[in-house]
Amino acid sequence: MKTPEFETIVGLEVHVQLSTRTKLFCGCATSFGAEPNTQVCPVCLGLPGALPVVNREAIRLAIVTGLALDGSIPEVTRWDRKNYFYPDLPKGYQISQLDHPIVDGGSLELPGDESPPRRIGFIRAHLEEDAGKSLHDEREGKADTRIDLNRAGTPLLEIVSRPEIRSAQEAKRFLTELKLLLEHLGVSDCNMEEGSLRVDANVNLRVSTPEGPVPTPIVEVKNLNSFRAVERAIEFEQQRQLGEFLATGRRQGEAPKQTRGWDDASQTTRLQREKEESADYRYFPDPDLVPIVVSRDLIESLRGELNRRPSAIRHRLIATCGLSDYDAEVLLQMGPAAIAYFDQVAETSSDPKRAANWLQQDVARALKERGESIDRFPLKPERLGELLRRVAAGELTTAQAKDVFRRLTEADVEVEGAMRDLGIASVDPSAIDRLCRELLAEHPQSVADYRSGKLQALGALIGAARKRDRNADPNRVRERLLELLAETA
Amino acid sequence: MIPSAVRLREEFVAGERSAVETVRETFARIRQSEPALHAFLSLDEPGALAAAAALDRRRADGESLGSLAGVPIGVKDLIGVRGSRTTCGSRMLAEYIAPYDATVVERLRQADAIIVGKTNLDEFAMGSSNEHSAFGRACNPWDLSLVSGGSSGGSAVAVAADQVPITLGTDTGGSIRQPAAFCGIVGLKPTYGLVSRYGVVAYASSLDQVGPMGRTAADCAALLQAIGGPDRRDSTSARREVGEFSPPDSLRGLRIGWVPEQFGPGLDPIVSESVESALRWFESQGAVRVPVELPYARFGIASYYVIASSEASSNLERFDGAHYGFRADGSDVTDLDRLYRATRTAGFGAEVKRRILLGTFALSAGHADAYYGRASRVRRAIRDDFDRVWQQVDLLLGPTTPTPPFPAAAKTSDPLAMYLADVYTVLANLAGLPAVSFPVEPTDTRLPIGAQLTGPPFSDQRLLGLVHRYQQEHDWHLRRPDPIGLPAGIPVSGADS
Ligand SMILES: [Zn+2]
Repeated sequence: MKTPEFETIVGLEVHVQLSTRTKLFCGCATSFGAEPNTQVCPVCLGLPGALPVVNREAIRLAIVTGLALDGSIPEVTRWDRKNYFYPDLPKGYQISQLDHPIVDGGSLELPGDESPPRRIGFIRAHLEEDAGKSLHDEREGKADTRIDLNRAGTPLLEIVSRPEIRSAQEAKRFLTELKLLLEHLGVSDCNMEEGSLRVDANVNLRVSTPEGPVPTPIVEVKNLNSFRAVERAIEFEQQRQLGEFLATGRRQGEAPKQTRGWDDASQTTRLQREKEESADYRYFPDPDLVPIVVSRDLIESLRGELNRRPSAIRHRLIATCGLSDYDAEVLLQMGPAAIAYFDQVAETSSDPKRAANWLQQDVARALKERGESIDRFPLKPERLGELLRRVAAGELTTAQAKDVFRRLTEADVEVEGAMRDLGIASVDPSAIDRLCRELLAEHPQSVADYRSGKLQALGALIGAARKRDRNADPNRVRERLLELLAETA
Repeated sequence: MIPSAVRLREEFVAGERSAVETVRETFARIRQSEPALHAFLSLDEPGALAAAAALDRRRADGESLGSLAGVPIGVKDLIGVRGSRTTCGSRMLAEYIAPYDATVVERLRQADAIIVGKTNLDEFAMGSSNEHSAFGRACNPWDLSLVSGGSSGGSAVAVAADQVPITLGTDTGGSIRQPAAFCGIVGLKPTYGLVSRYGVVAYASSLDQVGPMGRTAADCAALLQAIGGPDRRDSTSARREVGEFSPPDSLRGLRIGWVPEQFGPGLDPIVSESVESALRWFESQGAVRVPVELPYARFGIASYYVIASSEASSNLERFDGAHYGFRADGSDVTDLDRLYRATRTAGFGAEVKRRILLGTFALSAGHADAYYGRASRVRRAIRDDFDRVWQQVDLLLGPTTPTPPFPAAAKTSDPLAMYLADVYTVLANLAGLPAVSFPVEPTDTRLPIGAQLTGPPFSDQRLLGLVHRYQQEHDWHLRRPDPIGLPAGIPVSGADS
């Protein structure tokens, strides 16, 4: 029998750790990597009598995200308890949102050249508190479990997509764009290694059969620790589910919903549990918290932040700054601090294209060498902008500018000072221009040789220039000669 | 006889008595009666003496003194006192030391009250007789064979037996008012949100409220003033101040609602006649009696036990043996599920388990709407009933309890009969209203009988003002139980059934 046609159906649940300084319901710090159980208090330890108080910053970040995803923000949002026993859950319940999430609906447009553009819809996004961590200590042969509650109570936003993703590659595109959005809005650092971004995938197939398309049972895949893992897990599930369907013929509803875990080592998914065993969470409204009324004023005041959406930045970089699609994408991927840096350089230099080139090459290289992030880069964007302005005005060559650039990253001096330190005099570009024009007029043979491909003719012209003016910088002369030759060609 | 809290403070501030002297007298009285009464689960004489000595020094230095300066107080053992055992009357927390003060305790310290110990209660405040305390019940000082009422039984007994002038209780469905009625003292369940719940171990969060218990309305008002008011650590805090205690000069024109059904079948005639006598006194002062209806009140008990048990089933999940408190060990505890099961089986008493099971069922998939959902709708209907009633009357007067204090063991084997002891009190909790029980003329018994005033939200001080007026004309609250010179060492019976 030949392999039937099938369509892949994927919905993603993305858990994002919000970049608040403190936890969702107490004042404990959320920073990663502290000694176990040092960022805890009666509230996040779930001690008897302790009560939660909502962190307003988490509400703000969730609303900004909802608006950026074109979702709607209901006027009232409520908290519910999700009850289950687990040692990393000290209260025996997680405070979450069931019926009245903070964000309803929404969609995300994927960048690309499809027409119409590809959009993936969202069901909802809701706030909840994170659990702690179980650490299994197996020293000295005894299997001991220790609990670290530093993470307990950290704010998470769970963003649930509609099952509208149709391939592993599309899942990766969607996640890449979503991550970009969350980073640029300052909602999350999206650090997957530290668990700031966690993804579960619901995957099934719609298999073509003679009676029409048949859906296979939905499988939830957990433990996806990278976008690569999401991609591979979906690909693996496509083959596994197709094989299972061909072997058993079981369709959706005829088998329990499975939860499977991705295993990076074997690049396969493994059965974790089947739905019958799953808990009854006994959700009910948390009586310790009051509903949050989201005012229209708050929403309007947050709309201003939407110009930090990647789609808005992309549009601005391409339409207003004149960058190529590619350059815009590279800058976006460098992150929100790089965009802010670029904007300042572009403004000071009045030359966005040159600013984009320098950022992608010289700045990126320098950051890599120094092992620094752009917000700690010693060269202030105003200075780089000033340097590029002078290059654009022809006051110094690109080669000289690179020396000045290096100097500016090493010492806290103005561009003028750096040039002086390096013995670079700001030249009058009109003197070089005059000299070059005279030479071209006086040496028509060299011009003709050059045009016919004898590139060494250029060296002769530069030599002639040096004879006439000993101070003439050969690099600048070469640059100007080439420009003039190109103009008159 | 112990002076009132207001009087003790005056005497202390005036230099007529030292705080150390007061504390020594207090513990002498407690030592005398406590073996028979078992009002306290723990006592802290060294701590109380140290606090008293510090207070005496401050007075000598001319420093300002708080509103309860030099007044000894008992705190229900459901309320966290930093560094002290907070057992909640449960084996689960028998050795648990609270690492922080509840807001109300912080405020008691700011008011310079002296905490002498933690009072007895039904386990996790679940019970109406104090017989569900894992450490044995507090006994009614009017007759040791009778129950004290519950769950704040120890707090009521300590005041009724003159151990301390005031105590803190908590009230989820009547747990302050019912023992206050059974022991012949005043107990107020404040408007929901008026007093912070931070640091008070939760039974049913949407119903729980801390409140004052004392012999006089004036003492309760002073205590309420000290503990009440906004608290940023409690999201359900009402952001309202308690307000002044200013009893009315006249009762003329006061519209007192009474609900005829509450005086019908189910109410013991002894109680009925006693409450009637109070009503008649108010009328004699110019108040007007207005019959009103609370059509949904008859569903109050059902609604209350579903909601309270549902919330309790969740609130008590944290007691799992994994983090603090009691942990079962033994050869059968071989995995996590067995640890949970063994810990909760041995750590909780029968009544707590009953309510956890009830609540778990009421919230479970497929049943949540029929039970928890319906109970919540009834609760809203009861609130609406009261909103209508406040259009017609200023307050309601009725019985606190359907019967006088009943004998120990009379209802422990019949939980439903026990639950009906709360029939008149749960309504104020469901509607979030203030309600106070105060001792009235026991027309046909020597045992105390309580009447209950219920008012609109934030009428707490007003209700206490009316009780104060009653107490100016009557001395039922000053009656002391006979067996106060109890023979020491009467065995305290009955742990958990
Ligand atoms: Zn905390």
